[in-house]
Amino acid sequence: MAALDELTDAYDKARADPEFFAALERLGREYSGRPSIMTEVPRFAQHAGGARVFLKREDLNHTGSHKINNVLGQALLTKRIGKTRVIAETGAGQHGVATATAAALMDLECVVYMGEEDTQRQALNVARMRLLGATVVPVTTGSRTLRDAINEAYRDWVANVDTTNYVFGTAAGPHPFPAMVRDFQRVIGLESREQMLALGGLPDVVLACVGGGSNAIGMFDAFLDDVDVRLIGCEAAGDGVSTGRHAASIQGGSPGVLHGSRSYVLQNDDGQTIESHSISAGLDYPGVGPQHAWLSDMGRAEYWPISDAEAMEAFRLLCRKEGIMPAIETAHALAGAMRAGQELGPDATLLVNLSGRGDKDVATAAAYFDLLPEEAQ
Amino acid sequence: MSALTARLDDIKAQGRAALIGYLPVGYPTVKDSIRAMETMVEAGVDIVEVGLPYSDPVLDGPTIQIAAEHALRHGTRVPDVFPAVKAVAATGAPTVVMSYFNPMLKYGIDRFAQALAEAGGVGVITPDLTPESGHEWITAAKAHDLDRIFLVAPSSTPERLHLTAEASTGFVYAASLMGVTGARASVGEAAERLVLATREAGATHVCLGLGVSTGAQAAQVARYSDGIIVGSALVSCLTAHSSIDDGLAALRTKVAELAAGVRGNA
Repeated sequence: MAALDELTDAYDKARADPEFFAALERLGREYSGRPSIMTEVPRFAQHAGGARVFLKREDLNHTGSHKINNVLGQALLTKRIGKTRVIAETGAGQHGVATATAAALMDLECVVYMGEEDTQRQALNVARMRLLGATVVPVTTGSRTLRDAINEAYRDWVANVDTTNYVFGTAAGPHPFPAMVRDFQRVIGLESREQMLALGGLPDVVLACVGGGSNAIGMFDAFLDDVDVRLIGCEAAGDGVSTGRHAASIQGGSPGVLHGSRSYVLQNDDGQTIESHSISAGLDYPGVGPQHAWLSDMGRAEYWPISDAEAMEAFRLLCRKEGIMPAIETAHALAGAMRAGQELGPDATLLVNLSGRGDKDVATAAAYFDLLPEEAQ
Repeated sequence: MSALTARLDDIKAQGRAALIGYLPVGYPTVKDSIRAMETMVEAGVDIVEVGLPYSDPVLDGPTIQIAAEHALRHGTRVPDVFPAVKAVAATGAPTVVMSYFNPMLKYGIDRFAQALAEAGGVGVITPDLTPESGHEWITAAKAHDLDRIFLVAPSSTPERLHLTAEASTGFVYAASLMGVTGARASVGEAAERLVLATREAGATHVCLGLGVSTGAQAAQVARYSDGIIVGSALVSCLTAHSSIDDGLAALRTKVAELAAGVRGNA
């Protein structure tokens, strides 16, 4: 609690300091390549009912995803409170890579906790983190995925709070993380809104994938007051919500407390967390940020379950039709766009947050589409 | 006055610290875990802390997490905790449950409190619940006359120590080392400062957990704290032996060592 109180206090002070956000904006511009561009994808859009489809290209950020936006903010905050070591959890490895990158840039010691199963699924990102100077700790407890990595990171933080700040990767967890992560990711929605207005008007629908929900909340936040804009979060339905093998916390979970926030959780009748399943390591989490639970409950945003198969079809189409390889996480939002476009037809304009690129997923996708030479299988 | 407070007052009057023993229900089986808890009382534990296994025990170390995973994998359910409490309470030792918040929430906070009270339990230690988020639990605990035991740590600010001391009844659980449960080589002087600061913040009884595993450590801690909470070192007695009888024998020996420790005879 002391660590959270201290972090809340530090963040409140930083938030009131224009220099803090000026420094963050400068890093965004000069280090990670903001603003990210907007790309219209007409050939992909033919598979989305002929609607106009625009992609917010967070995949083009330094390190390959939206994660860098949040990490630069939290790393700056770490320096500000005088701590010398950062820890992070990671699922797909994108947040871990971003944290390792920011730690290298700002001369911080970095330890990343990653479920052992994920270190195998995302071996490339493990190597990237190590090349950047971070220590990667494979977590062997529980389901050996993201949730166990979070458990281990908490334990490290509690034991080393004097020197260490926990750079949390998503808009879940205890206060102040959901609010702070949203604030650092808001830039996605703010830029997108301006870019869409310059392109002719607000979109009819905004889509983003939702695991913990950081890229989605960063995108949705700027559109909350635009009541005519539909907001659709795409959850990972794995083999299908009805099979029980999924990671769709809002569509297939129930209210509970996990990792310090009250939200929707995949749990059994005893309140024990159930293992989530998704082809995408980054969405393979049995909880979701509390802001999404609230947006769902109040009806401001819809949450659609997208199966592994639907996501992989969207992944394939974006590669083949547009020459853009999305992260498998992101492909869930693209599949949602295909469904929304087919429902709404050619007059609709869809904005998709292309939250990350697919380099890290080449091995998974090649295996899925059976493209590997026999001896590599 | 609760049975827990009365017991702690009584032990204080004897000029010693209380020995509080933790074991999770369902390890290695529900039945054997109850035997193990009864054995602890026979061997000298004053107060029993019955752990409710949880899938994400972020404040426990590997020994307890492995035992909890085993218990859950072998079908331990939330309601199993109540017969365990009933059996242990029948020995005369005040019996509290340690539970993370979500299983209580899912069971129904008031329903949980009622079932626990009916089983003869005297309170709950809630490691991942802060007093300011605990209104629902505090209300239910008051309604069913249960003690509510919250945690403090060396990093706690004076404001938080006050808040926690005020919200807690029975005792305040002082987490003596920064970090998670698990037997440690030394208990550290931060523990003593924490106990004194918590008392200064208004707590009548402060019991210290996380790190004690030997009689010598218990004797050291007993000089300044009202009670010593031992968990991982006891669970280890059971995990180290494949036969439950050997495990119980090891448990008996360890508890006797710790019980001598809290009496200053390490």
